[in-house]
Amino acid sequence: MAPDLRTRLGGTELPNPILTASGCAGSGRELAQFTDVSKIGAIVTKSVMLAPRAGRPTPRMAETSSGMLNSIGLQGPGIDAFLQRDLPWLLSRGARAVVSIAGSTVEEFGERAARLAGAAGVTAIEVNISCPNVEHRGQVFACDPVDAGAVIEAVRARARPEVPVFAKLSPDVTDIVAIARSCVSAGADGLSMINTLLGMVIDTETMRPALAGLTGGLSGPAIRPVAVRCVWQVSQALPGVPIIGMGGVMTGRDALELMLAGASMVSVGTAIFHDPSACARIVRELDEELARRGVEKASEIVGLAHEARAGRRS
Amino acid sequence: MTPARPPSESGPLQVRATVLTVRRVDAYHAITAVAPGIAARFRPGQFVAVAVGGPDTSMLLRRAFSIHDVRPDHGGTVEFVFAARGRGTRWLAGRRTRDVLDLVGPLGRPFPVPRDPVNCLLVGGGYGSAPLFPLAARLRERSCTVDFLLGAASGDRVFGALTARRTGRSATITTADGSFGVRGVVTDVLGQVIHDARTDVIYACGPMPMLRQVTALARRYDIPVQVAVEEAMACGIGVCMTCVLPVVGTDGVTRMVRSCVDGPVFRGELVRWDDIGTIPFDAFGAPGWEPRPRRAAAPDGGGARAGDGGEDGARGGDGGARGGDGARGRPGHGA
Ligand SMILES: Cc1cc2nc3c(=O)[nH]c(=O)nc-3n(C[C@H](O)[C@H](O)[C@H](O)COP(=O)(O)O)c2cc1C
Ligand code: FES
Repeated sequence: MAPDLRTRLGGTELPNPILTASGCAGSGRELAQFTDVSKIGAIVTKSVMLAPRAGRPTPRMAETSSGMLNSIGLQGPGIDAFLQRDLPWLLSRGARAVVSIAGSTVEEFGERAARLAGAAGVTAIEVNISCPNVEHRGQVFACDPVDAGAVIEAVRARARPEVPVFAKLSPDVTDIVAIARSCVSAGADGLSMINTLLGMVIDTETMRPALAGLTGGLSGPAIRPVAVRCVWQVSQALPGVPIIGMGGVMTGRDALELMLAGASMVSVGTAIFHDPSACARIVRELDEELARRGVEKASEIVGLAHEARAGRRS
Repeated sequence: MTPARPPSESGPLQVRATVLTVRRVDAYHAITAVAPGIAARFRPGQFVAVAVGGPDTSMLLRRAFSIHDVRPDHGGTVEFVFAARGRGTRWLAGRRTRDVLDLVGPLGRPFPVPRDPVNCLLVGGGYGSAPLFPLAARLRERSCTVDFLLGAASGDRVFGALTARRTGRSATITTADGSFGVRGVVTDVLGQVIHDARTDVIYACGPMPMLRQVTALARRYDIPVQVAVEEAMACGIGVCMTCVLPVVGTDGVTRMVRSCVDGPVFRGELVRWDDIGTIPFDAFGAPGWEPRPRRAAAPDGGGARAGDGGEDGARGGDGGARGGDGARGRPGHGA
């Protein structure tokens, strides 16, 4: 019998636990040329700011071994264009939309949530707190438990009550559990992890940094063990809090690994650049991996690696 | 990785394409692969994005290459040309007949072709001339005349000189080292060629500095120019936002547009060449940017559609070409 991949996200039932990662699938439109977006668990849209943003200068990207660095700088048309154009399009295609929001002050995040509250059809909000806080000397919200909590509180207060709010955590912290706790106490309904790790590449021909922005976010399979570790630590400390795991997932096997560590859903980012139909393929592969292990429901294996003697299952 | 589902009539496909041949062409390599859907949809100027390194590759980003040729054999083949100078392109150069490549294409906006039978000058730098040959064929179908101006560092790097000589009304070659044709760069002789050929329209493809200079000269002679740019790309399909450059829209507003889907072909004069690698202060969404009143002065007096963001941005550029090759040149793109 085929395993049951259905997964609950707040009040919505997803057909499977595989999502796109924010910033790696636009708002789904381009992917629809290659894959049926309604068959992906949910589309997590690119983090949207209040106003249009031009982003950072180029070069914005450098390939690394099993990974890439990016410094896009949240280029996008702003929330009004998103609500007028992108969200309705996704809904018209029968896709489920998880809307990622970003901001540079606590108030901005709250405002964004309020704006979204006016829109129907949002499955969940993912709060990208890996942005510099202009009111705190540019310190990244996700690196400070107090700032992170303040953002989540502001968003939770103004979002529709039935729409779950997920805080997206950065791995670039000493104690990710402390940040996770603070977000959950501030009202986060779930946690997404991990965002990219800060990295740098120097071009040895030009002898200059490869990115115009000097540093960039590292993603791809190179970071997967970091993601597994973060999901493991947080799910150990906060059992029962839903986790969207991500970081270097290329195959169904990789998705299974993050689920075993404690993620109930898995986002796919950089893999999409390599294979525009990656999400559909990973759903298929996850299905096969579970079937091969005799697992009937995907939810059964979430966090299973934490159980003693997990390896004994046949 | 299997042929993707939606067989819509247009738009790109993801296919597993069997390699027919891998040839050396002077300093470059050319791969021909069987990809009927891509061949059928192709229009000159479009490109393919190729996964490199095989299963479990450590090279995650696709390499973008202009399509050089499509043929009806085996149901439809596509050919692309590249310089094997990085890890990914060296892996590609090592492919053999019957190997399978994961290709996505055809991608990008093609070169617009004139309605009337006019004199077209096709300017190429290095393997950037590759997409000019299918364009030339299309232009001839339209009863346009085609003159070529091809340049490179040395004779073995001028791609397609023989074909240009055989099929063009004229073909002028320049090399920096003087090993073939005129010593110098294409822009040294562009004015003379325009004059002799009575050029009405220019199409150009090659390195960015060349495109910038060709555009500047075309403006001086008041000739429309379509350029196919080479920007570093990660996805080729419009989702990653790495391949942006500042382009002026028909409404006069500069936007950071994606060269993979809004280009690679742009009207040369709409590209803000001097500002590539920066975010111009007046670009849509730049720090401190404020929406201007909708009908604010557009250079063409237009003020058409104020647009709302990156997506429609480059429509103003509605023309074009697609550039070079692989790895699109930039360091850091890894080739
Ligand atoms: C080009 C690019 C753009 C991204 N943009 C965003 C973004 O807008 N918001 C966000 O929360 N994360 C963004 N991310 C991070 C991803 O959502 C994801 O957390 C990270 O890349 C790790 O997953 P992956 O290895 O599967 O890509 C971006 C990543 C990449 C590579
Ligand atoms: S290469 Fe990814 S958006 Fe153009």
